[in-house]
Amino acid sequence: MFANRTINILIPIISVLLGLLSGAVIMLVFGYNPLKGYAALWTGAFGDAYFLGETLRQVTPYILSGLAVAFALRTGLLNIGVEGQVFVGWVASVWVGVAFELPMILHLPLAVLAAALAGAFWGFIPGILKAKLGVHEVIVTIMMNYIALYLSNEIVRNVITDGKDRTDSIAPTASLASEWLAGMTFYSRLHWGLLIALFMALVMWFLLNKTTRGFELRSVGFNQHASNYAGMSVGKNIVLAMVISGAFAGLAGAMEGLGTFGYMSVKSGFTNIGFDGIAVALLGANTALGVVLAAFLFGTLKIGALNMPTVAGVPTELVEIVIALIIIFVASSYMIRWIILRFKKEGK
Amino acid sequence: MEYVIEMLNIRKEFPGIVANDNINLQVEKGEIHALLGENGAGKSTLMNVLFGLYQPEKGEIKVKGEKVKITDPNVANKLGIGMVHQHFMLVDTFTVTENIVLGSEPKKGGTVDIKKAEKEVKELSERYGLNVDPGAKIRDISVGMQQRVEILKTLYRGAEILILDEPTAVLTPQEIKELIGIMHSLVKEGKSIILITHKLKEIMEVCDRCTVIRKGEGIGTVKVADTNPTELASLMVGREVSFSTEKTPANPKETFLSIKDLFVKDVRGVNMVKGLNLEVKAGEIVGIAGIDGNGQSELIEAIAGLRKSESGSIKLHDQVITNLSPRKVTQSGVSHIPQDRHKFGLVLDFPVGENMVLQSYYQQPFSKKGVMNFKNIYKKAQELIEEYDVRTPNAYTKARALSGGNQQKAIIGREVDRSPDLIIAAQPTRGLDVGAIEFIHKKLIEERDKGRAVLLLSFELEEIMNLSDRIAVMFDGRIISEVKPEDTNEQDLGLMMAGNTPQKAGGS
Repeated sequence: MFANRTINILIPIISVLLGLLSGAVIMLVFGYNPLKGYAALWTGAFGDAYFLGETLRQVTPYILSGLAVAFALRTGLLNIGVEGQVFVGWVASVWVGVAFELPMILHLPLAVLAAALAGAFWGFIPGILKAKLGVHEVIVTIMMNYIALYLSNEIVRNVITDGKDRTDSIAPTASLASEWLAGMTFYSRLHWGLLIALFMALVMWFLLNKTTRGFELRSVGFNQHASNYAGMSVGKNIVLAMVISGAFAGLAGAMEGLGTFGYMSVKSGFTNIGFDGIAVALLGANTALGVVLAAFLFGTLKIGALNMPTVAGVPTELVEIVIALIIIFVASSYMIRWIILRFKKEGK
Repeated sequence: MEYVIEMLNIRKEFPGIVANDNINLQVEKGEIHALLGENGAGKSTLMNVLFGLYQPEKGEIKVKGEKVKITDPNVANKLGIGMVHQHFMLVDTFTVTENIVLGSEPKKGGTVDIKKAEKEVKELSERYGLNVDPGAKIRDISVGMQQRVEILKTLYRGAEILILDEPTAVLTPQEIKELIGIMHSLVKEGKSIILITHKLKEIMEVCDRCTVIRKGEGIGTVKVADTNPTELASLMVGREVSFSTEKTPANPKETFLSIKDLFVKDVRGVNMVKGLNLEVKAGEIVGIAGIDGNGQSELIEAIAGLRKSESGSIKLHDQVITNLSPRKVTQSGVSHIPQDRHKFGLVLDFPVGENMVLQSYYQQPFSKKGVMNFKNIYKKAQELIEEYDVRTPNAYTKARALSGGNQQKAIIGREVDRSPDLIIAAQPTRGLDVGAIEFIHKKLIEERDKGRAVLLLSFELEEIMNLSDRIAVMFDGRIISEVKPEDTNEQDLGLMMAGNTPQKAGGS
């Protein structure tokens, strides 16, 4: 038990270290100084209050998209559609944000809820198709990403506005932005959404590990036959798992719509918040705490990287490569596990 | 006498458990040596040590008198040790020959010389009477043939010592006979065989000597000619084992389960249960005898709510339970020990403790208002583990890590503990050793004596004869006759199962 747990914690850490190490090698090969590069990365992420604020802002949607992927995986489903669910969540939140005039106590929760519901609905479709017709969720969710992207553009251009490329800014009563947080961090875009994201991590942990519903969801994820035998409704739990996963993703969209930007614009491609969520979930071993930590790492890398070209002359592309390498090492965790066990054997 | 294999004072530990301790195994050249032990006694662990998959903490291994260190299966192969695993490791879409040479292919200028390989495989196959077609695809041949391919694989690699891990578990009686013939011709050619098994009949039939392991400890080695099944069983289990289960005559009371004119279709939409009638009374065990595929599985799934009934009725007391959901069926007082414990009986990746509440997790005291109470769950699990002698490091161990017998005991504990009116026991002892079988039979009889109705499905005639108070013979989707076990014998039952209704059995 104990040995296994240590290994489970060791693997992501070793993966990250190996990723950083190979990133250093690549920087060397291309003639950059890796020490200077990583130093720039560090100051770019934590160097002063502004950078710290931006890093935490970036972490916020990553936590939620990571939770979305992790939740589905824990229930035996591969939700590749988090990206699309982020989009519909974003649009829904901004729509409510610009369309209504309400006191904040109603307006903000309504906008957040709209995002969650939109994402949940976007998850419901692949869920019900799988439960009723046995259609594989991966295919449906991938396709739904494109539907979400172009539908969002259409809504922004022709429904919310009259042919414009971005919506008006949302009413202040629907905004997550905070003078106080911004003031503390030299006017970064840090907003209250971080608290929502952390709270949702707690929700996921409690729901999966402490409730009867979570017991059913995990049971169906592991063994549908035994779950059916034990009197659980397999179809209902599959749909519910996708709905909850989609709701997490929708909230990630709200973080951008109500927090970071305060509007929605026509997009030419994906934001990658959802796709990065897959990596976050993987690195976080699909646990709530793991996802929060992994999201923190990804946010750090993303924001810190912005500082690398200017200070150390290292191109941002290289940081993307480092992130990709870390993911590769996490994905091959089987290999690392094998090596660790091998060493333990030899040591005895 | 020289030994080809000597394992001396072997000790192997896993975190929290000693799997092997102080085990000695000495195999002579040209003998069939049985390795006997209960499920989970440590037979497989010991063989994995010999095959280089595990390193022992203590002890030494000698091959032909020379001390060796077997660090991985390749070393074992080089020393002439070959292993045929219980689960075959074959590529389905490859031919027999391709599977056999895989990894050590004969080459001709950079390509595989499949002609030469096929010739070699054919020669080997003929020499040992294996009779396999070198060109056949694995997916097209029977399980028994696939096993022979595995044996050929080890011979092709020059194995002198073959380890067969429960080889008969997957075979039909005819195939078992043929395998025994193959084993004899192998030893005649000077090979040695280690046979891992818990079936006493096989040991008596084919083995020369037998080494017994009990709970990870070496008990000793006996000559098969000097012993008998009863002695072997008590060596293995550590106490006297009775083969025929003792029970008092049944005292059937009111009818608990009554099935009328039931029709059930299988997945293909073919009627498998065709107008079946059956009653089970409180305080009796009704055994369903029949050849596999005569609608038994569909019948049981229909009662348990796992399969839709087309027409007819299933009643528990006066309540119609036809086509209720599995949960409703469970709540109305039915327990179901499923045929396939891995597919249906357990969530293997859940801890044993959580598997113990698989049907009752939503009820108090295991949860309240949708929040699980793990303290109460594990308290209950601990009670069941102790009462049903489930051997597991603790209740937090994943069900996957338990041996088959202990998994089955956990399921039976869970199902019986709900105090059901009707217990459906589908092949409750499949693949288990005598100790576990005896335990499970005792428990089922105990439940009968408490006034529960037990519906037993088994393909082992011995089990049907031993346990049932009434035998219902199922053929082609119907009960074609009902007999008392004392009024029949295995031969007559066999005839009835094939569709004959002899007069003296008083057909239906």
